[in-house]
Amino acid sequence: MSRETALVTAEWVEEHLDDPSIVLVEVDEDTKSYDKGHIKGAIKLDWTTDLQDQVRRDFVDKAAFEALLSSRGVGNDHTVVLYGGNNNWFAAYAYWYFKLYGHQDIKLLDGGRKKWELDSRELTDELPEREPTSYTAQEQDLSIRAFRDETVAAIGTQNLIDVRSPDEYAGRLLAPAHLPQEQAQRAGHVPTSLNVPWSKNCNDDGTFKKDEDLKELYAEVGIDDGKDTIALCRIGERSSLTWFVLKELLGHQNVKNYDGSWTEYGSLVGVPVALGDEPGAA
Amino acid sequence: MCGATEGGLSLDGINVAKEAIIQGQVVRAGSNGQTDPVGNAYVRLLDRTGEFTAEVPTSATGHFRFFAGPGEWTLRTLAPKAEPVDTAVSAEVGAIREVAVQV
Repeated sequence: MSRETALVTAEWVEEHLDDPSIVLVEVDEDTKSYDKGHIKGAIKLDWTTDLQDQVRRDFVDKAAFEALLSSRGVGNDHTVVLYGGNNNWFAAYAYWYFKLYGHQDIKLLDGGRKKWELDSRELTDELPEREPTSYTAQEQDLSIRAFRDETVAAIGTQNLIDVRSPDEYAGRLLAPAHLPQEQAQRAGHVPTSLNVPWSKNCNDDGTFKKDEDLKELYAEVGIDDGKDTIALCRIGERSSLTWFVLKELLGHQNVKNYDGSWTEYGSLVGVPVALGDEPGAA
Repeated sequence: MCGATEGGLSLDGINVAKEAIIQGQVVRAGSNGQTDPVGNAYVRLLDRTGEFTAEVPTSATGHFRFFAGPGEWTLRTLAPKAEPVDTAVSAEVGAIREVAVQV
């Protein structure tokens, strides 16, 4: 993968609004933003109800993902173009999720909804009508999904990239600062994890930084190209964006997203936790 | 739940005594010396080193809210057809800091 295959520009999307081989999909942190206006023809996926099991803390299973995409009119051969707010935070999560279930042709709109809005491009409240399809998903590709035991085993041996804000990493905040801070789990980070806040991947307008700048960002913190990498954050969405940058834009091999992230790790009994701005010892 | 609701989360059911809240409204100069709320702006919260910590889209009435930690913060406001505006603000637990931003 590369920038040319994984990203499209707003101009490209405007030129392809009527292309039947493309499905635009909005996935937003604020699940109501689609309803106040969206890009023409775009469908909505709600990360809280469509993409998450409603009982267990896990994703919907293969059959449910197939039923979801079939009912929304997404076919296996469609080019899926995802966009969302907040630097494409949840759109990048959906990108990783589609990859997990084996969708082949998928792209992110660079800059997402924010860039589109700041450019004063057109939004509509018209809902698209799409014919149902018969979508077939693959078994989950676990080469891109990390679980807690792998994360504990990676302490001091693999690249662990904690993409939360510096104050969350150090233990001064427990959640992103647009959310209340009272939380159940302990504060801090996985020892030896390096803090590269997800926002450093993006420009203020939500577009991704240039490849050279991104390479320098990860080289500066000392990511070891010879080792596997696990990205984590609080609930696994911001780290999807960093997974996207490392794997899809920069072409690193063996990059996994730990979707359990700090809400799982910070609640585990008996695992090591580091506090403060330094990575800490294994 | 992790939803950046437009304008920030409501304070319903939140123990504000345990939170360091920064909130306010984004406006732009209108006609006759009045100001109009900006409902399609993005407000970013930067920490004391200038690092991004969170971002919310403003509500239809231009409002936003953050649950920060105690200390010094900067709000960076982005709006269509306007230059970014930086506003310094300090927060403390148990207090609500009101900030007016004009773009």
